[in-house]
Amino acid sequence: MMAPALPDMPTAGGFLLVLAIMLPIAGVLLQFMLGGRQAERIALLVMPAGLAVAVAVTAALMLSGRPLVYHLGNLAPPLGLALRADGFSALMLMTTALIVSAIGLFARADFATPTGTVEARAPFVFWTLLLALWGALAVVFLGQDLFTLYVGLELLTFGAVPLVSLDGRAETLTAALRYLLFALFGSALFLAGTVLFYGEYGTLDIALLATRTHPDTTSAIAVAMMTAGLLAKTALFPFHLWLPPAHAGAPAPASALLSSLVVKGPFFLVVRLWFGAMPGLTDLPAAQLLGALGAGAVLFGSVLALCQPRLKPLIAYSTVAQLGYLFLMFPLAGGVGLPASVRMAVWTGGAVQAVSHAFAKAAMFAGAGLIGQALGHDRISGLRGVGRALPVTTFAVAFAGLSLMGLPPSGGFMAKWLLVRASIATAQWWWAALVFAGGLLAGGYIFRIIAPALSAPEKPLPAIRTPARRREVVVLALALISVLLGVVPFGLTTLLAVGNPTIAHIVPR
Amino acid sequence: MTMGLLLDFFLVILALAAGWWTIGAKDSFGAAVAFVAYGLVLALIWVRIAAPDVALTEAAIGAGLTGGMLIGASTRLESAKQATRAGGVTRRLAIALSALVAAALALAVLGLPHPPPSLAAAAMAALPPTGLGNPVTGVLLAYRAVDTLLEKVVLILALLGTWSLAPDRLWGGRPGRKERRNAASPLTLLGQVLPPIGIVIGLHILWVGANEPGGAFQGGTILAAMWMLAVMAGLVDVPAISRTWLRLLVVAGPGLFLIVGLAGFVVAGGFLAYPPGFAKPLILLVEVVLTLSVAAILLLLLAGPPEREPPR
Repeated sequence: MMAPALPDMPTAGGFLLVLAIMLPIAGVLLQFMLGGRQAERIALLVMPAGLAVAVAVTAALMLSGRPLVYHLGNLAPPLGLALRADGFSALMLMTTALIVSAIGLFARADFATPTGTVEARAPFVFWTLLLALWGALAVVFLGQDLFTLYVGLELLTFGAVPLVSLDGRAETLTAALRYLLFALFGSALFLAGTVLFYGEYGTLDIALLATRTHPDTTSAIAVAMMTAGLLAKTALFPFHLWLPPAHAGAPAPASALLSSLVVKGPFFLVVRLWFGAMPGLTDLPAAQLLGALGAGAVLFGSVLALCQPRLKPLIAYSTVAQLGYLFLMFPLAGGVGLPASVRMAVWTGGAVQAVSHAFAKAAMFAGAGLIGQALGHDRISGLRGVGRALPVTTFAVAFAGLSLMGLPPSGGFMAKWLLVRASIATAQWWWAALVFAGGLLAGGYIFRIIAPALSAPEKPLPAIRTPARRREVVVLALALISVLLGVVPFGLTTLLAVGNPTIAHIVPR
Repeated sequence: MTMGLLLDFFLVILALAAGWWTIGAKDSFGAAVAFVAYGLVLALIWVRIAAPDVALTEAAIGAGLTGGMLIGASTRLESAKQATRAGGVTRRLAIALSALVAAALALAVLGLPHPPPSLAAAAMAALPPTGLGNPVTGVLLAYRAVDTLLEKVVLILALLGTWSLAPDRLWGGRPGRKERRNAASPLTLLGQVLPPIGIVIGLHILWVGANEPGGAFQGGTILAAMWMLAVMAGLVDVPAISRTWLRLLVVAGPGLFLIVGLAGFVVAGGFLAYPPGFAKPLILLVEVVLTLSVAAILLLLLAGPPEREPPR
C-alpha cells in the first residue's frame, strides 16, 4: 500500500530541528536558575526566536519539497537517534509556536510577578512550564525514535499537570491528580509497547520499523497497548473523564494551552504509529474501532457541552467532541487501493481540523477568561449583555465558534467538508452523517453562548472590569486564524505532502 | 543449571508474594513496606538475567527512593486521617485491567523471536571511539544522549510540579519540618557515621560507571540518600528553595550537558557529538555534574513542597 520508507539521510538545515527542541529547553533551565521576573523575560525572548525557527523549518520544507532530517551525535539509526520534520510536523510546529507566543502575550496580565516580590509561585511555575510544553511538543513532533517520543510524552505530562492546579483550590488539585493518573497509566502502556517493538524488531526508529513490521500477535498487542495509552493521554472517549474538570479548572491561559495544544501531542503520535511505524494497520477493522470511538466522542462530548451551566466546562466538553473528528482519519485514510486523491483529502481534513481547533479553542478559553474576569463569574445564564460590554471578545468567541460548528468559510468547515467528501468517496456514509450531526450539536452549544451574549441585558450590568485592549486583540487574532485556515487548505496540502509517501506523488509542486 | 532454575523459581514466587502483599496490605504503610520488598526482589531478578545496571537502578530508585516517598506519603495520610480505601467496583476494575494487561504482555512476550534481534553487538562495536568500557554508559551518554538529557529535564519539571503545591505565602521557603537533633538517638550516630562512607561509595559507583555497572543516576541516588539521612538526623537542614546555589545545582547537570552538546556543533560537526579523543573526559565531566544535580533533585523530591516561611 505504501512505498517502503527508506531510512532518511541527514539533510542540510537539519540543525534547525535541534534548535526547535533545545531553544525552549535551554529557556526552561535558565528560567529555573534565574527565577522570579527573569522567568517571564526569558519566555518572552524565546518566543520570537522559536517562532523564527518554526518558520525556517516550514520554509525549508516548502522550498526543497523534502523532509528535514538530523542524526543526533552524527550516529545513524538504529544505534543513534534521528529527528525528522515532514509536512505534518512542520505544520504542528508552526501552530505550537504561534499559539504559545499568543498565549504568552495574553498571560502577561494574569501572571505578572507582583511588585515588591522577588519571586511568586504561580508566575514562576506558569512561565517555566510554558516553555517546557513548547519543548515537549517539539520532541513529540520531531522525534523519530519511540523511546525519545516516550521522553517527549513525559515532558508533556509533567509540563501540563501542574498547570491544572495552579490556583491551588482543592477541586483543581483533585482534577490534576486524576489527570496525572490517566497520563501515567498511558505512559506505562506506551513504554510497554515500545519494549515489545524493540524485542521483536531490534529497532525503535519509526522509518526502520516501517520497513520491518509485519502484523502478528506481538505487534498487534504492542500497537494496541501504545494506542490505548495515547488515547488515555489525548482524552478520546471513553478515556475523557479527566479532561473536563482539568481543562475547566485551570487558569484561562493554561486551559487554552492544554485544550489547544497538549492533547494534540498524543494524537500526533497515534498518527505516527498507525501510518508511520505500522503501515497497513488502517486496513484492519481496528481502524473502524478508532473511528467509532471518535464518533462516540463527537456525540457524547457535544451533548454534555449542551448541558453545562458554566462557560469553561462547556468549552472543555467541546474539546472532548472536537477531538473525536481527528480519529475519523483512521478508517478513512486506510483501505487497499484507495485513490490517492481521497487520501489527500483525509490528511488535509485531519490536519486542518487539528490546527483550526487549536486556534479556535485557544481563542475560546482566552476569551472565556476575559469574560470571567469582567463579570466575576462564568455562568452562561448571566452572559446577557456581554456583547455590548466586551464587543471585541464576544466577536472573537463567536468567530471561533463558527470554526467549531464547521460553518464556511472557516477552517472547521474545510476540515469537515474534506472528511465528508472522503467518507462518501469510500462509501462509508455513516461518518458523513456523524459529521453533520456533530455540526448541528456544536451549533447548539455555541448558540447557547452567543445568543445571550448578543442580547440586551435585562438590567444594567454591574460594574465591569474592562480588559486591556491588547489582550482582546490577541484573542481576536487567534479566532481569525482559525477561520482563515478555511481559505488556505491547498497551500497546506502542498506542505502536508512533504515526506508523506502516501500522498507525495500526486501533489503538484 | 538445576540450582539456577530452582533459584529463579524461588525468586518468581517471592516476587509474586511481595506483589500480593503490596496489594493486599491492610494499610498504606504496610503496602509501602511491601513495595520496597518487591523492588528488592526485582533487583535480584535483574541480577539473575545479567542486567546489573538495571538491578542497581531498580534497587536505588524502585525500592529506595520510591519506597521512601511512599512511606512518607502514607505517614502524612495517616496523620491527616485521610487514608481512604478504593471502593469495591474500582478495585474489581483495577484487578480486571491488570489481569488483561498482564495476559496481553505474556502473550506478546511468548511470541517474540528467538534469538531476539539486538543492537548489543553494534553498541559494543561503536564503543572504542568513546573510550568507554561499559556499553550501557555508551548508550546513555553517547548513542542516546538526548534521551538522557531530556529525562533530567523531566525530573526538574517533576520537582517544579511538587513545589507548585505549596501555599503562595510559603513559596521560597524550606521544605518539610525542621528535624530535632537528639544526641542520644541512634539516628544521629548513623547520620554522622554513614554519610562519609556513603559519599565514597556513591562517587565510586559514578566513577566505575565508565567501565563497569554504575553511573550518574545510581551514584546520585546514593548521595541523595546520605544527604537525606543527615537531614533526618537533624544534622543539616533542607535548603530553602529560593537559594540561588540550589537552583544552580539542580540545573547544572542538564545545563552542562546541553552546553557540551551545542559545543559539538562547532568542534565535532554535530549536536551531542564528541570530538575524537575527548569523548571519555567530556562524558565523565558531564556525569560528575549530572550526579550532583540528580542527588539534589532526588533529595528535594523526597523533601516535598516548601512548608516553612521563606527567609527575609
